Amino acid sequence: MRAFLKGAVIPLALVAAWQLSANLWGITSDTLAAPADIVVAFVAALGAPEFWRAMGQTLLAAAAGLFIGAAAGLITGVAFGLLPPLSRIMRLTVEVLRPLPAIAIVPIAILVFGFGYMLEIAIVAFATFFPVMILSEAAVGQVHPRLIEVARVLRLGTIPRLGKIVLPAILPRSFVALRLAAGLALVVAITVEVAANPLGLGSRLMQAAGSLRPADMFATLLWIALLGWGVNSVLVLIERSLFPDLKELTR
Amino acid sequence: MEARLQVVGAGGTAGRPAPVLEIKNASVRFNDFLVLDDISFSMSPGEFVCVIGPSGSGKTTLLRLLAGLIAPSGGSVTYKGQVQSEPARDIAIVFQDYGNALLPWRTAAGNVSLALEAARVPKAERSDRIAALLSKVGLGSHGERFPGQMSGGMQQRLQIARCLAQEPSVLLMDEPFGALDAMTRQKLQDELLRIVADSGVTGFFVTHDLEEAIYLGDRIIALEPNPGRIGAVFDVPLPRQRDQLTTREVPAFLKLRRQLFDFIGRFE
Repeated sequence: MRAFLKGAVIPLALVAAWQLSANLWGITSDTLAAPADIVVAFVAALGAPEFWRAMGQTLLAAAAGLFIGAAAGLITGVAFGLLPPLSRIMRLTVEVLRPLPAIAIVPIAILVFGFGYMLEIAIVAFATFFPVMILSEAAVGQVHPRLIEVARVLRLGTIPRLGKIVLPAILPRSFVALRLAAGLALVVAITVEVAANPLGLGSRLMQAAGSLRPADMFATLLWIALLGWGVNSVLVLIERSLFPDLKELTR
Repeated sequence: MEARLQVVGAGGTAGRPAPVLEIKNASVRFNDFLVLDDISFSMSPGEFVCVIGPSGSGKTTLLRLLAGLIAPSGGSVTYKGQVQSEPARDIAIVFQDYGNALLPWRTAAGNVSLALEAARVPKAERSDRIAALLSKVGLGSHGERFPGQMSGGMQQRLQIARCLAQEPSVLLMDEPFGALDAMTRQKLQDELLRIVADSGVTGFFVTHDLEEAIYLGDRIIALEPNPGRIGAVFDVPLPRQRDQLTTREVPAFLKLRRQLFDFIGRFE
């Protein structure tokens, strides 16, 4: 808590200086707003239905994309982990596709899906697929060989071996992957909205900037930051309560 | 030193019951490295065989070979008359590293249940059998505990309970008490002898503790290293009923102890 307060000194001083200079010299800018105005806009957003609609759109698109991307990533990662030859055959394909910035496929995705939810969901799914896949494959590789031997000695079939040994063993690590991917999903969703898609908080940000309402713009930015922080905090809490032994893996 | 290598012909010798597990001229090679060379012996039903040897003599490899976890590079392993290629359901293994062999996300009861689930025991029968197995190893009141909440001795008991749930004909043990303190170890040795006597299971016990080998075994196979091969086989001339204090004072025990130390001493 002390460290937190110490860390807050500089940002708070900067905000105070910003507000002071706005009061002293009076800013009439199309790009900057005084902190007090931003706070007003920040609170006012809570009463605006269009703000809640935008928030809902961003969350829905990010969540749906995350669900598809993470599920596909988990299945593929586990398959690669269990079948190393398959992983080797697919490695080149993965290594070519993985470094593609998700935002670079927006033009193609627009051609395929047009504007709207599908566009955003597809790109979020693409972006979250790879980290979940790679972390899941690594997690399968880290299942202790003794557990696999126990499965062999007990003559567990493929499905029970997966369901009773492999999946429970990788669950904690998969959850970490899910949490990292959730943060990524929000970032990508907002990016797609800022770049192209007329949906959600990113689009609201662009509209505020485009119609010269800097206070609204900064307020939306603050809400986006708060949303990202909130989602991560909730997932960290769930993770800690489900897997208390996981501390060494958590950032 | 007299080395009584028991090379058993097909069908076994007259008067002896057919061997339950038989290994003939088996060798194991990892890449170009010969780990085990020309191993032959057989185990009769209900017999308790201990294996000793300096490190690098392939004790664990021999156990894994008998389990069917690895295949011999040459020779054969025969279980109940069938050539062993995959682990058999009624051969159980007690691993030394119980911490890795138990499922940390399942309770004690859940870990025992795993073996019953694998054997497709109907759900209705499981809980009674789990309770009986846990109480047999002295964990009757700890069924709801997780392995992480148990001491090393308790975890090893739990692993033994899971092995017994397989209703094994053969129980293979790889230094199961090696990581435990002396008191716990002695207690578990006695419990193991009781369980083996009750169930009539055939025991195969790898250890680096020479006195443990004598205390538990009917027969002791001593391996030589580089490559691992049978150096000597000792019969344990002690009555089956063993006692931690008196058995260890019997002249035959001490004489055998001396022989084993002499054997091991040649390699260290």
